[in-house]
Amino acid sequence: MIEFKNITKRYGKNIGVENISIRIEDGEFVFLVGPSGSGKSTFVKLLLKLIDADRGGILYNGYDVTKLTARKIPDHRRSMGIVFQDFSLLPKKTVYENVAYAMEIVQRPKRTIERQVPQVLELVGVADSAHKYPHEISIGEQQRVAVARAIMNNPKVLIADEPTGNLDPDTGWEIMRLLDQINRRGTTVLMVTHSREIVNAMNKRVIAIRDGRLVRDELGGLYHPEEDDEPVVHTEGALPL
Amino acid sequence: MIGFGVALKQAFSQINRNKLMTTASLFSITAILLVLGIFFLIVVNINNMAEGIKQDFDQIQVYLLDDTTEEQSGAMLEKIRGISGVETATYLAREDALEQWKAKWGENADLLDRMPTNPLPNSLIITVKNLDYANDIVKQVEVMGGIEQVNYSQDAVDKLLNITRIVQIVSLIIILILVVISILVVSNTIKLTVVAREREIAIMRYIGATNWFIRGPFLLEGIVIGAIAAVIGAVVVGGIYYYAVGHFGIDLALFLPTGFVPFDFMVTNLLIIFLSLGICVGACGSLISMRRFLER
Repeated sequence: MIEFKNITKRYGKNIGVENISIRIEDGEFVFLVGPSGSGKSTFVKLLLKLIDADRGGILYNGYDVTKLTARKIPDHRRSMGIVFQDFSLLPKKTVYENVAYAMEIVQRPKRTIERQVPQVLELVGVADSAHKYPHEISIGEQQRVAVARAIMNNPKVLIADEPTGNLDPDTGWEIMRLLDQINRRGTTVLMVTHSREIVNAMNKRVIAIRDGRLVRDELGGLYHPEEDDEPVVHTEGALPL
Repeated sequence: MIGFGVALKQAFSQINRNKLMTTASLFSITAILLVLGIFFLIVVNINNMAEGIKQDFDQIQVYLLDDTTEEQSGAMLEKIRGISGVETATYLAREDALEQWKAKWGENADLLDRMPTNPLPNSLIITVKNLDYANDIVKQVEVMGGIEQVNYSQDAVDKLLNITRIVQIVSLIIILILVVISILVVSNTIKLTVVAREREIAIMRYIGATNWFIRGPFLLEGIVIGAIAAVIGAVVVGGIYYYAVGHFGIDLALFLPTGFVPFDFMVTNLLIIFLSLGICVGACGSLISMRRFLER
């Protein structure tokens, strides 16, 4: 369970998120949508404690993320899997090593790593490229490797920050099937996206943020035009809180 | 804590996959060690020479009046041996003194034979433990009776002591400056490698690696590079020294009794100093340069 309670984060005078309260249950699949600069990234960064909130609390796993000490932060991040838009693979490590790294940082035994990494690479469909470097494989494969790394330690929550943003539609759909599959196995998936097609087709819970405020939260929601980057004058279509 | 094996494996793989940066750091550490090493060779040898020259000045010669009896001189010896700082005190008969003189002059000794009488008096030879005591000893001996003259080249010794002290202090300062410069240069070089991998470090942090897990391989990388640079530096400086000893060793021995500091001794110490310095510089360099990327 993830619960944002009246979270506010400002960057100087600019609003990151303003008084946001959201509750996400275990095993949910949630889309986080909104125009660029609406606060989606702030939301994710707060959850990972890459930045600190000005006000409010974030309950997760029985503790308040905003009150974590520096020493506990690595453990907190390890309990989540993260997939970035730019894949964020370690360039000097092979596909195998990139995925194994996630297990090395939690000090899993060597034998466990050697047994599980090939399985996960197989699961995401990049087993053939295990010993290639990230720049030697296609971007679709790179994103699969990033997903593999994120789920390596069986996280309770998978955060995907525009995972299909840099991919062509076909490859994007492959990644979506992968995320859906991971969600069916019980992992909570929180996905930030801009893709109308994906949101409309997946029929999942949609949380929309605009100017740092929660404007819509509905199950089986559709993508609304005002969540695109083009300026929208009125927001009557959005559901009030 | 991170497993040492994992960190070591990652360090070697980082070195292997960042050949350009590794080479750059390796060269800068090696270059500084070379400068430091050559300086070290010179300083150690100057010190050694100074110590050698000091050895020649550790004797005080006390000329006795001709009418001083053996009993009197024996009593004086006893007294002198009681003075603190005296290593040995012996009686030297005038005939023996002449023989020593002849031996020193070697081929020209026949010049001495032409003298009608032995010009040398009986004397007492005092060896001092440390040159610093010499002046005190001279003062205490001078007040004894039966003495014609106390021979001790005080000015020369004072100058020598001053020079060796200055050489020691100056060399210490220069070595310290060189060490500071080398840490700066190396941490800058490593900073370049870290900046080049800033993104990598950020990713590692995002996926929950602890600071020490990230730092470990970089630290080991610095240490390994430092150690390799130390070995290269020691081999090159050792080679230079070997050449110098082989080509100028005999010439130098003519001027100075001490000659060069032995090759084996020098190279062993050089290697130990280089290894500790190289490892320290490599480790400090990587820790310093990583600091700002690991704030949280």
